[in-house]
Amino acid sequence: MDRYAEQRLFGLLARGSAALVVGVLLLVVGVTLYRGGMVFLTDPAVVITPPGSRYMLDGGGGFLHAILGSVFIVVPATVIATTLSLSTAIYLQSDYSSERTSDVINMFLNVLWGTPPIVYGVFVLTIIIAVGAQTSLIFGTIAIAIFQYPIMTRYADEALRAAPDAVKQASYGLGATRFESARMTVRAALPGVIAGIIMGFARGIGDAATVLFTAGRSTQMPGGPFDPATTLPILIFEQAASFNAEVRSHAYAASFVLIVAVLSLIIVSKLLAGRFARFAPGGRHS
Amino acid sequence: MSTGTQTERGDGTRLERRLLLERLSSYWLLGAGLFAVALFSLIVLTLVQQSIPIVSEHSLVQMLTSSNWDPAQEEFGFLPAIVGTLYVTALSMALGTPIAILAAIYIAEYAEGRLKIVVSSFIDVLAAIPSVIFGLVGLIVVVPFVGDYLAPAVGAHSIGLGIVTVSLVMAIIVTPFMISLSVESLEALPDELRESSLGVGATKWETTRSVLLRAAGPGIFSAILLGFGRVFGATIVPAMLIGGQTTIPESPFDAAETLPTLIVNDFGELMSIPLTQSALIFVGLMLLVIVWLFNFGAMLIRRRLQRRWQY
Repeated sequence: MDRYAEQRLFGLLARGSAALVVGVLLLVVGVTLYRGGMVFLTDPAVVITPPGSRYMLDGGGGFLHAILGSVFIVVPATVIATTLSLSTAIYLQSDYSSERTSDVINMFLNVLWGTPPIVYGVFVLTIIIAVGAQTSLIFGTIAIAIFQYPIMTRYADEALRAAPDAVKQASYGLGATRFESARMTVRAALPGVIAGIIMGFARGIGDAATVLFTAGRSTQMPGGPFDPATTLPILIFEQAASFNAEVRSHAYAASFVLIVAVLSLIIVSKLLAGRFARFAPGGRHS
Repeated sequence: MSTGTQTERGDGTRLERRLLLERLSSYWLLGAGLFAVALFSLIVLTLVQQSIPIVSEHSLVQMLTSSNWDPAQEEFGFLPAIVGTLYVTALSMALGTPIAILAAIYIAEYAEGRLKIVVSSFIDVLAAIPSVIFGLVGLIVVVPFVGDYLAPAVGAHSIGLGIVTVSLVMAIIVTPFMISLSVESLEALPDELRESSLGVGATKWETTRSVLLRAAGPGIFSAILLGFGRVFGATIVPAMLIGGQTTIPESPFDAAETLPTLIVNDFGELMSIPLTQSALIFVGLMLLVIVWLFNFGAMLIRRRLQRRWQY
C-alpha cells in the first residue's frame, strides 16, 4: 500500500471512529428519550405519584420517592464535597503548600479519583455496621460526598491553576493576606469552579454503586435523615430487569427524568461558564 | 485628633481580625489538604481490618485459585469472578482503545472549527451520562442484538446476557473518557512538531503516526491505563448485563461474574453468614489495590516514556 492510500485509509478510519462515537451517543440518548418519553406521555402522573405498597412487584404508584431521595441525598452531598474540595484545591496552590507536599497529596487524590465507586459503598457500609446504624439517607449523602470529592477537587484545582497569576500578585501587592488573595483567585477562577461543581453534581446524581448499600433500597417516601431512601439510579437498576412490563416501564420513565436532568445540568454548566466569565480578569463583559 | 486615634484603633482591630481569619483559615485549609490523605488511609485501614477474618481462616492462594463460590458452605473461590473481570476488561479495552485513539486523532488533528466543537461536546456529554442509563439501553438494544444476531452469527448460543454484552457497553462508557485525555495530550504538542515533519515531506498521516503519537504517547498511554481501571471497577453495568453465573465462563458469550458484581449480588442477602461479609470486603480491598497498582504503573511508565520519546 502506498503512503497516500494509507493516509486515506486512516483518515477514513479516524472520521469513522468519531462518527461511531457520536452515533452511539445519539443512539443512547435517543433510545432513552423515546422509550422513557412514551411512558411519560401516556402517563405523566407516574413521575409524581407516591409509591404504592407492592411497588416493586406490580408497579403500583410512581417514583416521586426516588426523585426526592436523589435530591435529598445529592444536594447536601454536593454542598459538603464543594466545601472540602475547594478548600483542598486552595491548599494545593503554591501559597499554602510546597511543591513536594502538593505532589504527595495529588498522588493520593489520583488514587481516590480512580477508586471504583463500589469501594466507597463498601467502606461506608462497614462504618454503618461498626456504629450499629442502619442504611439511611444520611449515609447515602456521606458516600456520595466521598465519591464527588476527588472529582470536584480535580476540576477546582485545574480552574485555580489556570487563573492568571496577575490576580495573586496584584492582591499581594495591595497587602492582602493569603486567605484574601486566595478568595480573589477563586473569584477569578469562578467559571471553572462552578462548572466543576455542576459536573460533580451530575456525577453524584447518576451514580448507583455508592448508594446501593448505604442509602438503603426503600420503596417508601424518605421520612428523615435517618430513614432509608432510594435514588433514581437505584430504582432504574432494580426495576430494569423486572419481569413485569409495567415495572420495567417505570425504569424507562425514571431514566428519561434522569437523562433530562443530567443533560440540562451540562447545558447549564456551559451557559454559566460563559456568564461567569465576566469575573475573570480580561473576561467578557455582559 | 480624636478621629485620628479612632481610625488607628479601628485599623488595629481590623488588622487583628484579618490576621485571625488568616490564621484560622490556614488551619482549615491544611486540614482540607490532609483530608485527602486521611480519607484514603481510613478506607485502606478499614478494608484491611475487615478483611482479616477471611484471610486468617482461608489460605489466600486457595481462595484466589479455587473456582467454588458457595458462602453457605464456607467455600470462597474468587477465580470465576477474577476470570470474568479479566475477560470483560480485556475485551472492552480491545474494542474501545483503537476507536478512542482514532477518534482522538480526528478531533485533535482533522476536525476544524464548528465541527470540532460539536464533536468534542458530544463526547463530553457521553462521558457525563450515568452508567445505569447505559445499562438500561444495553438491556433494550445490546442484549437482543447479541442474543439474536451476534451469537448465532458466530455459531454460539447466548441468552444475550454475558461477557460480550458487558464488554460492548463498557467499551462505549470508557471511550469518551480516553478520548478526552488523549485529545488533551495531542493538543498540548507544539505546532513546530507538525510543521517540521510536514516540511520534510511526510504526509499528514505519517506525521500523526510517527511523530505526534510518539510525542503524545505518555499521555495517551496513561489515558488507556486509567481506562483500564475504569472498566475494572465498573459495577452497575456488569451487574445489569452479565447474568450472574458463579462458574468459570467457557466462551465470551457465557454469563459470568466480575469482582464488583460479586459484591452487589451477594452483599444484601448474605450479610448473615459471618465470613461472607469479610470475604466481600476483601474483594473491595483487592479492587482498591489493583487500581492503585494501575495508577502507580501508569505514573512510572509515563515517566519512562517521557524520557525515551522526548522531542
